[in-house]
Parts: sequence; structure tokens; C-alpha cells
Amino acid sequence: MAKKLSVDRRKFLKGAAAGAAGLVASASAMAAPQPLPAQSATAPMMPKELDPSSVDVLTCERSGSDFMVDVLKSLGLEYIASNPGSSFRGLHESLINYGGNQSPEFITCCHEESSVGLAHGYSKVEGKPMGVLVHSNVGLQHASMAIFNAYCDRAPVYIIAGNSIDATMRRPGVEWDHSVQDVAAMVRDFVKWDDLPISLPHFAESAVRAYKIAMTTPSMPVLVVADADLQESPLAMDAKIHIPKLTLDSLPMGDSGAVAEAARLLVAAENPVIVADRAARTPAGMARLIELAEALQAPVIDQGGRMNFPTRHPLNQSERGRGLIADADVILGLELTDFWGVTHSFRDQLHRTSKPATKEGAKLISITAGDLYAKGNYQDLQRYPEVDLAIAADAETTLPSLTEAVKKLITDDRKRMYQDRGSKLADARQRALERARTEATYGWDSSPITIARLSAELWAQIKNEDWSLVSDVGFASRWPMRLWSFDKHYQFIGGAGGAGEGYCAPASAGAALANKKHGRVSVSINGDGDMMYAPGILWTMAHHHIPLLKVMQNNRAYHQEYMHVQRMANRHERGITRADIGTTLKDPNIDFAKVAQGMGVYAEGPISDPKDLGPALKRAIEVVKRGEPALLDTVTEPR
Amino acid sequence: MAAFCSARLQAGMLALVVAVALLTLPASSARTVTTSPPPQDEKPPAGNIQNGKKLFTTYGCFECHGHQAEGTSVGGPRLGPNPISFPAFIKYVRQPTGQMPPFTIKVTSDADLADIYAFLQSLPQPPKADSIPALK
Repeated sequence: MAKKLSVDRRKFLKGAAAGAAGLVASASAMAAPQPLPAQSATAPMMPKELDPSSVDVLTCERSGSDFMVDVLKSLGLEYIASNPGSSFRGLHESLINYGGNQSPEFITCCHEESSVGLAHGYSKVEGKPMGVLVHSNVGLQHASMAIFNAYCDRAPVYIIAGNSIDATMRRPGVEWDHSVQDVAAMVRDFVKWDDLPISLPHFAESAVRAYKIAMTTPSMPVLVVADADLQESPLAMDAKIHIPKLTLDSLPMGDSGAVAEAARLLVAAENPVIVADRAARTPAGMARLIELAEALQAPVIDQGGRMNFPTRHPLNQSERGRGLIADADVILGLELTDFWGVTHSFRDQLHRTSKPATKEGAKLISITAGDLYAKGNYQDLQRYPEVDLAIAADAETTLPSLTEAVKKLITDDRKRMYQDRGSKLADARQRALERARTEATYGWDSSPITIARLSAELWAQIKNEDWSLVSDVGFASRWPMRLWSFDKHYQFIGGAGGAGEGYCAPASAGAALANKKHGRVSVSINGDGDMMYAPGILWTMAHHHIPLLKVMQNNRAYHQEYMHVQRMANRHERGITRADIGTTLKDPNIDFAKVAQGMGVYAEGPISDPKDLGPALKRAIEVVKRGEPALLDTVTEPR
Repeated sequence: MAAFCSARLQAGMLALVVAVALLTLPASSARTVTTSPPPQDEKPPAGNIQNGKKLFTTYGCFECHGHQAEGTSVGGPRLGPNPISFPAFIKYVRQPTGQMPPFTIKVTSDADLADIYAFLQSLPQPPKADSIPALK
């Protein structure tokens, strides 16, 4: 009976569409789930040959998923990444045929974590979301860790989940396993918004609303369910369904009174410090931060959530963070993930202890859109910061008014004092650079290759190109930040956000995909543990010709965990030589060059002798400049 | 993720650096950390360089400091060449005041530390930065 109803329902919609299109008053009526006429189930059976409705209509010219593609095109999605799944087969087919596989173009992934990671990295270069299609519960479960990373990183990702809501429409077997009552429930704690549209007009509104919500700071992933039956229901050729206009929000700016007070504190300070984390959302953000810092001649500590401040700028004092914080009388935090962590030290011994890292009386000013949105379950919000002035606003949007207020308050006397301060900071910046160069020489010729040497050799090969580092630098001991000259917004995109391993491999590919049309040379330093989560991204890079150089930081371990186990072993005094058990990736060593070659990526390695590194980098970058991916497996020090 | 052994005295990534600032905090009061009295003689005992190099890896020192003790910005500081005095070295290793886990005499003998110290002393001086094209 269930099977008959299932067939009948689609036949009903199809029959109405094919035979009585003129009767379709609105596509919404057509597309919404339709109750079967009561007599369908109860009327006496008519001989098949006499029953016109028994003519099995098997095709239709237009379906709900075609309209969904219209909606997605209206949002300007450039790509849609996905591992294929039957719950969105209708939308998949509409994208590639009806939509012409252009804007959005289908990016084939081998794992949903790769799909979302790809979109995460893309968003930070392009400043807008990429689409991601996930297959109901199973696809979303695969995707969940990557969604959490993007959520913590305040990055917009546009997720569409297929699902079969009407149980009577499901094919017996797997389709039941791959259906769920509330598909978004499993990620609702770490997406900004989700919806389950039950008609095509509803889908259009929700899809546009989702995009707008994702793009309003704090940006985060959003999820819209595309019901399978809604996708596959026939749609009259002349059906007109309204697609709402997308109007992005202007972003919240700090109120004038609070901004004036912040300016007063900063101008009066003897030792102000600016700390920036995810402050520069766009290229304008960096320029605005430079203007404020130069007006005050104040040091900037870039925590690296985004590319906030040029590394070689005389006021970039990121290498001197601890001392500057200790001496500061005013600290301005811009979109800080963890203001408490900036102003406190924490000791991870048997008894965990902490104490303020600031001097008494130091004033703390916070400007962050993070104060505008919070959830309770996942604890990415960090310790509560006791600030003196909290401005709940977008920092990049607020900076111009703050700088203007600062400039109005600066007297000639202050200006002279600022110039003196600036000169000292410039000297300190130059000394930090020289110190970094000297420190990089230690272990220069040793094997495993030091991360300092790897970074220096990579810099030597790309510095004359239009380059973009699309990986984080934390596990690389920040060597690129210490040695390279970053001065463009796209040259660095920050890290995972949620510290979930498996981010770098796909996110760097997504960022490289965004860089592709600009002709930039994208490079990443990718950990071996990270790569092993979903190495299928290498195939995606080859298949879609994503020009990216991946330099494997192959330290043959989950090194962070290695160190944690070592700490416990030392604490318990019962053997300190076995921390490698369960934490290393040896015996056998992973040959990443072969892994990459097996997926169609140009690759060399393993490279253990540092003298081989420079020539190999040169060859690999030539491949990337030809528009293809490349991988170098370098055997390195842990950090 | 938390910093592990960040007894670094120079500033690095802020979020991690502030976590390593407690260099003067008293050690755990839960139990007495077993230590041997630091040698009074400034002159280090003779140590076996090769064994010290091996122990530097097997005891996990390399995890924060690198195989050549070159140090990392977000881990442990550079230890050699020209290490700190042997008494200061052994005192800190036994009862670190920062993030480094303690290496007590129960798991690391004085002789082991002497060998490791000999390894640190044996490390070659690096080339000058100006002589390296990639660092110019």
C-alpha cells in the first residue's frame, strides 16, 4: 500500500503538471506536499486499460530542484562542494544540467569534511560563502567537525542538506537509514541558523535568509534542508515563483559615546597596545588598523586569526607580545577569541594555576561582534574577560570612527611623544627580524629539516610571485610570520577556528580555489596528521586543477598529543620513554608523495636532506604556476 | 590546544606566550618533587655525547626543543650550543618553574642529564645568517 501511495503521489503531481499545467494557479500549490485525493485509496479499482491515470508518466521537463538552482544562482554562489548522495540527486542533476554546472560549479569531494573545509578556506579569501551539499544524516555527520571549525572561526559556509521527510515517499531500505526527522539537530549548536522549508516559495525565502544571516557578523555556517520530494516534484513549465531580493545587512558599529571613551583612553595612554585576532574581515580591515596604529604610534600584536597587520610594519610587535602586555596601561582588543588569555598566564602543571599578565590598573577595551551572538553548549567562548569598556560591534566597521575620534584628541605634545614611541618600536621591530634570522640558522643543515629552514626556503621561492599562504602558522612555530613579508589581506587566512585536525588539507585547497582566478600562487604547510584525516582532497585538487603547493610538515606524529602524553608520563614518574605509543605515525612511515601521485598530483619526496629542499620547491612551484597542484613530502622537526 | 612545554623566555605567539609566564610560581604542593641536590661545582661532569643525543630523543626533549635543541617559538627554547650552566640546567630540569614537565631523578638519573648536557655542549655553531641566501 505504501508503495502504491508513493507512486501515486508523484504521478499525481506529475499528471497535474503535464496534463493540466494551465490549472496550476501557483507553483507553491504545485510544489507543496499534496494530500492525495481521498478516493485514491478507497475508490473501486478500474480495469487498468480503461483507467487513464494508470498511464505511467515517467518523465517531466521541470522539477522543484530546477527552481532551487535558480535560487542558488541568485545568491551568486560560485562553487558548490559535495560528496554525492541520493537525498539530493534531484538538485545534483539540476545543478549540472539545468544550471549548466556554472555558478555554482560542482566540486567533487571524497568526504563531507573536505567539502566543508574547502568552503571554509574559500570564504576567508573570497569574503563570501561557498555552497556545500550534504547527504542527509550520514553526510552531515561526516561534515560536522568541519562545520564546528567554521563556526568557531566565524566563517560563512552555506550548507544544503538533502533529506526525505515524508516517510511514505521513502524507498524501502537505505533511504530510511539515510533519513532523519530533524536533520539539522545534530549541528544546531554550531550553525548560526537552519530551516526546513516545506514548499518551494518557503525554500526561496529560507535560502535567501540563510545567506543573509551567514554574512552578517559574526559570520557562521548556516544550513537549509532541501527535502528530496520537494526537489523531485514536477514543476509546471510556466510556474512563476518569487525569489526574494537579497540585501545584506550593514554591519554594527560601536555607539559614538563608547567610541569616544575608547579614543580618550587610547590617546591618554602611555603604553597602549592593540591586539587583533579576527579583526580584518576584508582588505579594508588591514588598512583601517594601520591608520589607527599609525595615528597612535601604538604597537600591534597580531594573533593571526586573519591577516590583520603587515608583518614588516614597524608597529607590528607580535614577537614581543608578553612584554608589551605586561607594560600596557591600555589594551585594545579587536575581535579577540580569548581576551582573558591575552591578559593572563596559565600554567599546566599538576595544579593548574593562573595569574594576571597585566599590570594593576591597566584598562581593557573590547570591540567584538562576538558579544552579539553566543550559544551555551559548546565552550568556544573562553573565560569571561573583565574588560573596562565593552563595545559590541564589528571591529572593522568601527575602526574608522575610532580613528577619527583619536585624531581629534591628539595634541602636538602627544604627537611628539607618539613619534618617540614609534621610533623605539621601529627599532624593536628591526631587531626582532634580525633575531629571527639568527635563530633560523640553528639546525640549518640538520635532518629532520627545521621548520625555520623550510619556511626560509619556501619564502625564497615565492617572494617574487603574487603569493598566498593558505595554512595556519601555529604548528610551524610562526616561522613564516617571523621571516616573510605579509602585506596583503589574502596572503594569510588564519587557522581552523575550532582546532579540529583535518582542517588544513581541505581549507587550503578551498582558499587556493578562490585564489585561482586571480592567478595567485597558493602555498600551504600541511601537517601529516591533518592530511591523514581525509587525504581524498588531493584527488579533488587534481580533478579540479586547483593550483596549490602543499609542503608536508611530516613530523611523523600527532605531535601535540605526543607532548601531552609525555607530560603525563613525567608527572607520574613511571617511565618517560613510551609517549610515542599511540601518538606517532611511524612503522611504516607514510609516503605522502606516493599517496599524492596515486591521486594524480605532482609530488616529490620524502625529502630529508635540507639541501634538496630549495630545488624541489622550485620545481613544484613551476607546476603550480601552470595551474596544477603539487605536493612535497618533507621530513621535518616537530615544530 | 594548550601549549605543552613553553618555558620560553622570549615572546612568541601571544596566546601561548602568556600561558608560559609563570616562571616564578612555586612547584606543586601535592607532593614533593624528587630531586637530587644540584652539583655545587660549576664544571659539568664528563658526559657521553652520543648517549646524550640518544636520550634527548628517547626522553622526549626533542618534542619541544627540536632534535638539535634549536628550540621553537611556541615550544621550548633553544638549549645549545653554549647551554646555561650545568647547575642551572639540572635545577630547572628537576623542578621547572614554567610549563616544562619535571624530569625527576626517578626517571632521569644525574648521569643521564650529564650525557644530555654533553650533547648540548657539543652542538656546532650555526652558520652566519648573512651567509645564507634564503635568509637574506
